Amino acid sequence: MSNILEVKNLTKEFKSSSRIGEAKSLVKAVSGISFELKEGESLGLVGESGCGKSTTGRMIAKLLDPTDGQIFFNGQDISKFSEKQMKPIRGDIQMIFQDPFSALNPRQTVGSIIGMPFTVNKIVPKQGLKTKVQELLELVGLNPEHYNRFPHEFSGGQRQRIGIARAIALNPKLIVCDEPVSALDVSIQAQILNLLNDLRKELNLSLVFIAHDLAVVRNFCDRVAVMYLGKLVEVSSADEIFNHAHHPYTKALLSAVPAVNPLNKKSERIHLSGDVPSPIDPPSGCRFRTRCWKAQEVCATTPPALLQVGKSSVACHFPE
Amino acid sequence: MFNYFIKRVIASIVLLFAVIFVTFGLFMAVPADPARLSCGKTCSEETKIGIRHAMEIDIPFSEQYKRFVKGLFVDRIYNQGSTVARTCEAPCLGFSFRTDENVTDLLQRRAPVTFSLALGASILWLTGGVLFGMLSALKRGKLVDKLVQSVALFGSSLQIYLIGWVLSLYLVIRNNILPTPAYVSPFESITSWAGGMLLPWITLAFISMSGYARLTRSGMLETLSEDYVRTARSNGLTKSRVYFRHTLRGAITPIITIFGLDLGGLLGGAVITESTFGLKGVGRLSLEAVYELDLPIIIGTVIFGAFFIIVANLIVDMLYAVLDPKVRISK
Amino acid sequence: MSTFLEVRDLKVDFPVEDGVVHAVNGLSFKLEQGKSLGIVGESGSGKSVTSLAIMGLLKESSAIVSGEILLDGQDLVAASESDMRKLRGTKASMIFQDSLAALHPYFRVGKQIAEVYKSHNKVSKADAKKRAIEMLDLVGIPQPDKRFNDYPHQFSGGMRQRVMIAMALSCNPKLLIADEPTTALDVTVQAQILELLKSIQKQFGTSVILITHDLGVISEFADDVLVMYAGRAVETGSVVDVLTKPQHPYSWGLLSSIPTLETTINKFHSISGTPPSMLNLASGCAFEPRCEFKSSVPGGKCASNIPDLIETSPNHQSRCYLDTAQRANLLTPPEFSVQK
Repeated sequence: MSNILEVKNLTKEFKSSSRIGEAKSLVKAVSGISFELKEGESLGLVGESGCGKSTTGRMIAKLLDPTDGQIFFNGQDISKFSEKQMKPIRGDIQMIFQDPFSALNPRQTVGSIIGMPFTVNKIVPKQGLKTKVQELLELVGLNPEHYNRFPHEFSGGQRQRIGIARAIALNPKLIVCDEPVSALDVSIQAQILNLLNDLRKELNLSLVFIAHDLAVVRNFCDRVAVMYLGKLVEVSSADEIFNHAHHPYTKALLSAVPAVNPLNKKSERIHLSGDVPSPIDPPSGCRFRTRCWKAQEVCATTPPALLQVGKSSVACHFPE
Repeated sequence: MFNYFIKRVIASIVLLFAVIFVTFGLFMAVPADPARLSCGKTCSEETKIGIRHAMEIDIPFSEQYKRFVKGLFVDRIYNQGSTVARTCEAPCLGFSFRTDENVTDLLQRRAPVTFSLALGASILWLTGGVLFGMLSALKRGKLVDKLVQSVALFGSSLQIYLIGWVLSLYLVIRNNILPTPAYVSPFESITSWAGGMLLPWITLAFISMSGYARLTRSGMLETLSEDYVRTARSNGLTKSRVYFRHTLRGAITPIITIFGLDLGGLLGGAVITESTFGLKGVGRLSLEAVYELDLPIIIGTVIFGAFFIIVANLIVDMLYAVLDPKVRISK
Repeated sequence: MSTFLEVRDLKVDFPVEDGVVHAVNGLSFKLEQGKSLGIVGESGSGKSVTSLAIMGLLKESSAIVSGEILLDGQDLVAASESDMRKLRGTKASMIFQDSLAALHPYFRVGKQIAEVYKSHNKVSKADAKKRAIEMLDLVGIPQPDKRFNDYPHQFSGGMRQRVMIAMALSCNPKLLIADEPTTALDVTVQAQILELLKSIQKQFGTSVILITHDLGVISEFADDVLVMYAGRAVETGSVVDVLTKPQHPYSWGLLSSIPTLETTINKFHSISGTPPSMLNLASGCAFEPRCEFKSSVPGGKCASNIPDLIETSPNHQSRCYLDTAQRANLLTPPEFSVQK
């Protein structure tokens, strides 16, 4: 199985200033991350707020241009592709967004929302647009008769299904899911996750699954990449990360997740002190060192490279 | 923050000069003849040439402009060296075509009337508008609210000259409840000053108050549904604290900024109000000058008005930093 | 252990254009002094409205509140707005989900805390300031005297939530209601905040009602849990009982469908359908349309009658027509509780 997606040294920096009249500062949202995604695989991209996972997702979907680095899609470097060059492959890389309430145009009918990928790319499905859209509605578990309804007539979970139907309309190869179930009720989350899983198998999709909920990622993804302050700290299979995490941050993150089982007394909760540092002025060397209990001098001077430790790739001078 | 302020001040000065330049361009676009205004057909051709010369209309436009701008900072001497030379002290805005009066002096005489009108009315409409708006928002849906809203809608649809005329008729002429609108300097007699301005203040304020009441009402309603107002209530703060200190404070920013802009515009001359009540303010002056194409006065009043509008904009921008800490303090 | 808070048959209706929204439909529960109760439910379950009703924040709205809410013997439903005002912040306090929206953006945080303290106590400005700094220190904000002068937007999410807790506890209330206090926070920050709440509870003996949709948070924090669905309690009991041996198809469905770190299921068991509309209440059990076990109840009772809350084992109640044997059979303990 080949790599459908390969990201090399991907970087994104934003200029911003929070006060009027202040000099613009550089926000280092993503700093040189590299990973691969095999065809048909689902990769979970996890981290807390400010880690850069959403920014990474948008760069992969070409909604943002990277400051540096390369994005190889099916072997082709699309990182510097212009709009014109992207046109033929736009349909191959799609995105599902977090908020089902704002991701759909409230003034368009559901039929035209799902039909938009076809009309924009001037593709006429052989069974006709309306029939194709109705097929898609059925595929995601919605009533095809509701073709002419507006988004506000649907519930959150149903709107997310509409977003999914729109994303799979052009038979994409890769879908970037940006927190697709975070805004949904718990009882609906399972439905949507099941749907995504079924579609993935049926349509042989590759998924980049961005989430902050580790439990979801644990059960849904094949591999997991953990990000912290714009850097990748650990990449491994889902099983390996959750059974044997090597990076201190990963361990802290896992220990912070509250256990649903009340009898499962968390042995040792790792307490991370302080707040996440600002991405405008991240710590030198290893960015996690300011909150790491293992930090030594070398951590401040040399940024750790992502190296193989056991079955995982870990960026740490003192992996567990 | 300070840098921003400096930049804005410089930008404002540049803007003012741009306005002066464009306005002065009127001299080119509208070749007005001072001679025609001051003596019409009754003068001889010689006199007319003399007048034009005295006004320095006969020199090239670019030279006129240069002297005009210079005259704003340094005393300008018209026809320097000749027998008809005269000095116009800085800031010199020229002489009226019709009466040959020094425009700057004219403005100085008229300005206090406009200022009195603007300041008095604006304070009235701001306090009245905000209070009625608050009342309306807090008693939403009840009779008070409906009453205030109806009156506000009615008020904002009225015209000053109509209301002014009607109120004058009933309050001044027929029943003598209010004194005749006239301007008396407050340094002469405060009571006469206030009394003479009362009717114009009420008229102008009533119409503007309507707009501010509606603005405050919608701002308050929006702010009342904010989470921080719920927090204030859930912490057991008294109603007046919740409504005045928390809610109004949250809603006031757009009101203050619009107020600043309105006041700035008004200081440049309340044309209709002054005309309706026969007050000799800058607004009325500008109207009369336009009718007669008395260019120096037109230019003078335009610059006068532009100055206040630009300053008001500057102040309002700076006010944002005071009113909203997010703007002046970063994380 | 005395019963500090007792809610009896609470009903909250909101008249709207299309009719009446029955947000809470006969809710009853008890909370003892010093203990913590987790109220779990999804959107539309009525959990947030319940907390607003307890705080009396619905008094001057269009909501119609009936039933009894007894706080230390005083009936809050019957109380006047001015009585409630004296109570809020002093006897009962509340903290909310979005700390950035819940704090006034234009006032410094120290002043906001001092204001609450001063509103309920006759103290000088200096004393109120001292108290505010004390509270900021208590909730773990470093350099509290410096941060007294900061604005809400200058704090991170976790720190801001601490500020809100400081404000709510400034007058040492006996009851703290926390409405989704950690939902908007990162998981590591969530852990810190839950730790803080636990330590405060221990130190001051505060009773806490924690409202959330996250069963993990309930498990970690609460002593007892109340599962709400469509404005009613469908299951109540200790956290251990309810989460390891759920006795209601809804709780059971939730527990079976949430992914946890301890499991590796690929296909999640899901509850079909969507939460009901609160505008037109069903005549029978509100969960019936989505229940996979309704056919086990003879005569189609579920659709036409509302079951009572009955005790299935000591201190464990469920609102369901399934009998003991059926429950034991169908409501198998969730995977995570079985796996070692």
